[in-house]
Amino acid sequence: MLTVEDICFSYHDKPVLKNVDLQVKKGEIIGILGPNGCGKTTLLKLLNRNLHPDSGRVLMMGTDLEDISKRRIARHIAVVPQSNEIRFAFSVRDIVSMGRMPFLDRFQGESSEDTHIVEEAMEKTNIMEFADRLINTMSGGERQRVIIARALAQRPGIILLDEPTLHLDINHQFEVLDLVNRLSKEEDLTVVIVSHDLPMVVKFCDRIVLIHNNKVFAMGTPEEVLTTENMRAVFNIEAVLEYDETLRSNSVKILGSCRTVRERS
Amino acid sequence: MESVAKRKRRVTMVFATLFIILFLFMVLDLAQAFIPLTFEEAFWALLGKGTETHEIIVWKMNLPRVTMACLVGSGLGIAGATMQALFRNPMASPYILGLSSGASLGAAVALTFPITILPQMLMIPLLAFLSCMATLFLVYNISHVGGRVPTETLLLAGIAVGALLSALVSLLTYMAGEQMAGIVYWTMGNLTNAKWDNIMVVGPLIFAGCMIMISSSRDLNAMMLGDAHAQDLGVEVKKVRLQLLVASALVTAAAVAFVGVIGFVGLVVPHILRILLGPNNRVLLPASIVGGATFVLMCDFISRVIAPKIGILPIGIVTALIGAPYFIYLLRRRRSEVGWD
Repeated sequence: MLTVEDICFSYHDKPVLKNVDLQVKKGEIIGILGPNGCGKTTLLKLLNRNLHPDSGRVLMMGTDLEDISKRRIARHIAVVPQSNEIRFAFSVRDIVSMGRMPFLDRFQGESSEDTHIVEEAMEKTNIMEFADRLINTMSGGERQRVIIARALAQRPGIILLDEPTLHLDINHQFEVLDLVNRLSKEEDLTVVIVSHDLPMVVKFCDRIVLIHNNKVFAMGTPEEVLTTENMRAVFNIEAVLEYDETLRSNSVKILGSCRTVRERS
Repeated sequence: MESVAKRKRRVTMVFATLFIILFLFMVLDLAQAFIPLTFEEAFWALLGKGTETHEIIVWKMNLPRVTMACLVGSGLGIAGATMQALFRNPMASPYILGLSSGASLGAAVALTFPITILPQMLMIPLLAFLSCMATLFLVYNISHVGGRVPTETLLLAGIAVGALLSALVSLLTYMAGEQMAGIVYWTMGNLTNAKWDNIMVVGPLIFAGCMIMISSSRDLNAMMLGDAHAQDLGVEVKKVRLQLLVASALVTAAAVAFVGVIGFVGLVVPHILRILLGPNNRVLLPASIVGGATFVLMCDFISRVIAPKIGILPIGIVTALIGAPYFIYLLRRRRSEVGWD
């Protein structure tokens, strides 16, 4: 679906990403993981051409993103951004309808098909009941669901999520990610999640790209990437990835930061 | 589903009401004369079924002014609504941000100095547009702080730049000598001298500006959520913003060029309409066109009803008398109550 070829990017001569290569396959949930400031949000912005690489290129189904309009990109790639604070009294339906923008001409009204797609997106994300509430009166978790609905209304092949759990209470974190997980399975959606939330990424991602010091440090399944050595090197923590019987999935057991663990023993 | 229909009904209601009020004030304003006509007399004269005198009053004497009032009002209304969305700030408007002063400086230069490259009728709007653009970029760059435009810096930048420009206009007025009275009158906002050939210049400019703004109304909605949101939805944010800034300057300059500064239209009208219709620019921008025209006609009518006793009262005084208290009220009121912040 998405191919990143040897991308370099820098802000004001300060390198943020160096020689990054990456393949996102159809239908998978891929996690871009790394400590704060490692360049992972930058990578996400490069994936839908909100930023332009200094060298290298990003291909969407074989086409260089630089060769197509933002509008066409938005027909295939939807984004759920990190901050979703909205100060204006748009209704939930208004916001979700914006997902149809890339498909509508300047003076064209929304067709009944557009309305149908918008309502379907609201049903899938369980926000139909507050379709007419105002977005600026809603909680962070509810807003997140509205933005996910807007992303679905774009009928995208790929959804990019930037730190989807950052501002959410713990119950909403799971709600949102269960939703994304379910949608990816039901719709064969490709999902790219950027996060520094280790346990969450382990639970939901098929593959992990570990970014460290502006480079891809490791890439593969959670078992391959999240070895004790890698976690020590990148996050400076003592941790083990193990199968958890209660969860019936992998989970990360964090013993503490390298220093505290050393001091304790 | 019920409330979608309800909202559609509400939009229809607001537009219908606006058009009715617009029409009423149109006829009332057309009836103004040394001895005013009655509403019916003006109405029939407008339809070509009145007496000859009445038709001369309505068609020859008053219609240019009423047309100009509608044009200027609709331009200022939609420019205000657009700028509020663009700056993500309910206090933005052509007058508050000093754009009107910017345009009037350009126009005053064209009025004072005999520049003969172009006929004065084209020179005035051209210089008004150029100095309006310059003002807009100046104010925008001063008030832009880290991706946001906070109310405080926006207002301060607008006031500071506006004060400077007004001083320059005053200086020109002082230097203008015998033309001084005309310029002074013009800086107060004055529809009395509206002529068809001016309208022929102003009309297309305002129409073009309105079309640019309305065609970008969906993009504007997305941009109100933030530049990143808009980009993610496929909007070329920088390009659209530049187009809209140019369109705002164009419309403001065209509105100011021949009738002078009519303040507060772009602030009051979109604001009231937003309370009634919500922030959706697809509805709000067209509504601001009709609402702006209605508001300016209403103010013109008021100025003419008071006028007989004290000569012809410049309309800018009336809009300021209504608009400034409303502006103060907005500043006092918590912004959350009006759907911002």
